[in-house]
Formats: sequence, C-alpha cells, structure tokens
Amino acid sequence: MDNPNQKRRQELEKYFDVQGPFAFLRLAQMKRAWRQGNRRQLTWWENTYIPTLISGIWLTSKHFFRNLGFHILHLVGLCKDVRAAVTYQYPEQKRPLGLRLRTRHRLTKREDDSPRCVACMMCETVCPARCIEITAAEHPDPNIEKYPAEFILDLGKCVYCGFCVEVCPEDAIRMDTGILNTSEYSRESMIYNKKRLMEE
Amino acid sequence: MSDIAIKLLLSCGTLAGAFGIAGLLTWVERKQSAVMQDRIGANRATIFGFKALGLFHAIADFLKMLSKEEFIPQGANKFLFNLAPYLSFTFALVAFAAIPIGDRLIVGIRTIDLQAANLNIALIFIFAMMSMGVYGVVLAGVSSNNNYAFLGSMRAAAQMIAYEITMGAAIMGVIMVFNTLDLQMLVHREGAYMLGGWLPKWGIFVQPLAFILFLTAAAAETKRTPFDLPEGEAEIIGYFVEYSGMKFGMFFLADLIETVLVAALMTTLFLGGWQVPYLLPDGFYFPWGGHIALSNIPVVLLGILSFFIKVSFFIWLLMSVRWTFPRFRYDQLMNLGWKVLLPASLVNIALTAVVIILLK
Ligand code: SF4
Ligand code: SF4
Repeated sequence: MDNPNQKRRQELEKYFDVQGPFAFLRLAQMKRAWRQGNRRQLTWWENTYIPTLISGIWLTSKHFFRNLGFHILHLVGLCKDVRAAVTYQYPEQKRPLGLRLRTRHRLTKREDDSPRCVACMMCETVCPARCIEITAAEHPDPNIEKYPAEFILDLGKCVYCGFCVEVCPEDAIRMDTGILNTSEYSRESMIYNKKRLMEE
Repeated sequence: MSDIAIKLLLSCGTLAGAFGIAGLLTWVERKQSAVMQDRIGANRATIFGFKALGLFHAIADFLKMLSKEEFIPQGANKFLFNLAPYLSFTFALVAFAAIPIGDRLIVGIRTIDLQAANLNIALIFIFAMMSMGVYGVVLAGVSSNNNYAFLGSMRAAAQMIAYEITMGAAIMGVIMVFNTLDLQMLVHREGAYMLGGWLPKWGIFVQPLAFILFLTAAAAETKRTPFDLPEGEAEIIGYFVEYSGMKFGMFFLADLIETVLVAALMTTLFLGGWQVPYLLPDGFYFPWGGHIALSNIPVVLLGILSFFIKVSFFIWLLMSVRWTFPRFRYDQLMNLGWKVLLPASLVNIALTAVVIILLK
C-alpha cells in the first residue's frame, strides 16, 4: 500500500468501476487518466479546439487591426504619438537607456584635460576579469603624486561589473558614455588605451 | 484563331495573377506577422532610396536564392532530384486553370467565360493536380539520398494523403447541394438566394460543417502551421533538407501558390466565387426593393473585384492561423485527420443526402 503508484491505481480502478460489465470501455478512459496524471480533463467542447482557436485568432487579429490602423494613420501623418510597434529601428532610433546602466568606460578629466586618475591601482586590483593594466608615473605636482602614464583596458575581457567605478577614490573612471556597440574586427582593437578612454 | 488568342490571354492572366500574388505573399507573410506581433517587419531593402514598405525584400530574396550554389548531394538521383521541385511547383500552378475568376464577359457577339479552362470536371481536375503535388514531396525526399529527408517525405506524404481524403469528402456535400462539378456552373448556382431573397446561397451557408472541415484540411494540405510537420522550418528535418538555392525557393513558392490556390478554391466553393451579394447580371436587386441597373462590363469587373477581395480574406485568414497557433504533435495530427475530420466529413455527406431527399 505504500507504493504511491499502486495506491493511485486502486483509486482510479474504484473511480472508473472497471470490474462491472462494459469495463473495457472505461478501461481506456482509466488508462488515459493514468497517463495524464492529475491534469484537468478537457471537456468535449474544449477538445474540439474550437474555443481556443477562436480566442487565439481574436487576440492576434485585435493586435493586427489596431496596429494596421495606426500604421495607416502614421502614413497620412496622424496620431504620431501613438506607437503601432514596440520595436526600435535601431541604428537610427536608439533605445532610451536606464540611468544606472553600465556602458563603455571613460576616464574623467581635470580642468587641464589631464586624467583625474592618480594611478592608485585600486581598479586594477579589484577587477575580476583582470583587464585593467596601469603604468604609473610620478606627477610633477606633489599633491597628486602619481598619474597613469598608460591606462590599458581590455574590453574583450571586461565583464561590465562596474567594480572599477565603485572602487575608484577619485571618481576617475566612469561607465556612463552610453556606448553599447563596442564591436570590432579584431581582439587587438578591443584593447583601449588612455587616449581612447579619454576621448569623448 | 481569336478563340485561341483569348484563351491564351486568359491563361497568361491567371498564371501571372497566381504567380504575382504568391510572390507578394512572401512580403505579406513577413509584414502581417510583424504587425500581428507589434513589430514593423522587413523594411531595409531599398532601391534608389525608396523603401516601398519593404516590398523589395521579395526581389532581394529572389536574387539571393538565384545566386546561391545549387548543391546536389552525393549519391542522389540527379534527374529525380532536379525534377521534384518542378513537380510541386507546376502542379500547384496548373490547378488554377479551372478556377473561374469572373462572370461571362460579353464583347460584341462573343461571350467569354472568365475561366482559363472551362472543364466540366473542374473540381476533379483541381484535386487531381493537388494530389500530384505529393509526388514532388515524395520524390524530393527519396531522391536526395538522405535518410532524414526520406523520413520527412514519408511524414509529409502520410499527412497530405490523410488530409486530402478529408478535403475530397468535405466538398462532396457542396457538390451534392449544387449538383455540378463545373466550377463556373457551381458559382452561377451560388447566385441563388434563400430566406426570401436575403441570404445568398453560398456554400458556407448551406454547408457550414464542410467549410470548417475544408478549411482545416486545406491548412494541412498547404503544409503550414499548425500542420507544418513536413517542413518545420527550424526544428524538424523536412523533405527538402538537401535543397539549396532556387530549387529550395521553388518548394517555398509552391507552398505559397498552394495557399493562393486553396484560398481561391475556398472562395469558389464556399463564398460564392465572383458573386457579389444581390448583384444579378443586369444590376443590383436589393431584397428591400432597391434596384441599380448596371451594364455587363461593370458587373464583370465588380465580380472580379469581389473574387479578389474574398481570396485576400482567405489568405489573410490562413496567414493569421499560421502565425497564431502552435504546431500539432504528429500523433495529434494523424488523430485529427483520421479520427475526427474524416468521420465528420462522412457524417456531413450522409446528413446532406438526407436533407436533400427530405427537401425534394
Ligand atoms: S567593469 Fe569590471 S571587469 Fe570591467 S574593467 Fe571594470 S572592474 Fe574590470
Ligand atoms: S581606481 Fe581610479 S584613481 Fe585608482 S587607478 Fe583606477 S581609475 Fe585611477
């Protein structure tokens, strides 16, 4: 009795009364119930597919005629503010980006256009992908101490985690350029140097 | 002589029409599915800066197919392999000959039936041609020396035969009601009115069950979703795996031509073909008593227009069905064909016979 299958079988046999005459008719029914487990049995009307077919066509047709109507209105210059499609025509029309979205990095600048970075190596240390490589050099201004002679960031390795931005004590690196299409033809050109990171 | 010229013109017109609409359907399919799914659809192909709503994508597709390599797999039967797409394609196209696209046009002393071939067995002819399409499918699978293609073609053949029987049995009721196999005559008889002249005697009103059965079987016959197991564009390996380039394109086009054919056939059998409601050969007679007199030419033109509107409606419906429903499982497909549709169509024949006898 502790076998759940056996228990269920007995329940079903009792429910479908497979002992009586014409049991073979109900046996098929029972087998179906067994196979379908505890799924709800469809009614005869549902089994004809007709109600679902009609509601399905109704749903897609509603979208079709609504969108078609607005497309036609747009063609004659009406209702421009109602959108007939939810898609963006990408290269021409950019999707509005979330304010906190992490996009390509940039190095922020001081007033004299030199990098704000003090080559403290915090970002290089925290970077989980180890894609930052800073060559530090001494800064003539003793208040600043160091500056990055070169700042290499390999976007081919970067996982866009944003740790480098969070850890920077000088607000020298940010991921707010809004640039998403950083694709290139070679791995080498995915490696950004200080100059490229400071453009923009 | 001029008889032949007229026939030639009519055939070319029908052929060009069928071909043109089928070509356009590649665009319709993309755009309709896009609009249904809140997208815009293919719109990037331009000629001299004109986008024309993406219409040029059909041309771009055609050029792409033409420029692709025609690959013939090793060990394939070259002759049959090359023949198969032409078979599917031609037979689908030939069937259009028997479809009446308009009323009798009277030019001078001549009466022209707007039907490429006035066959008195038109319906049988069309069904014969549609069944021949199966050969294209089977040969494609068998000749390409690929077990998957072979299995795919067996599946396709089983499906098409199952549904063709339903299709044939479903129209039997229509034939019994209108008592003819000649489609032009059938359309003429659909011009009668019932219920005190209000309801046109179209097939859909006298044979609603047959209409539903035929619609389902037709969707299966054109091998489109929810019955697209023979093709299963992305997941299931179909009978034309080994085809590439324009030969694949021909299978593709054959499907679209079949869609147009089925839409035209449904229009003819169930929606009164070129009949316009309340339009008789000499003008409109409204059941509420109005009368607008029209001469022959506008009547015929209105008829052709009505035929095209009805065909477009059915094409729209078939496309909507294709982009709305998920695919059947194979056993569900066969169950539906043999255990539901076929008995239902036989019951329909019996019921129709009884009703006809009772009404006599
Ligand atoms: S975003 Fe993350 S992975 Fe990329 S450079 Fe910054 S710390 Fe490294
Ligand atoms: S954490 Fe900031 S200041 Fe330090 S090296 Fe990186 S970018 Fe420069």
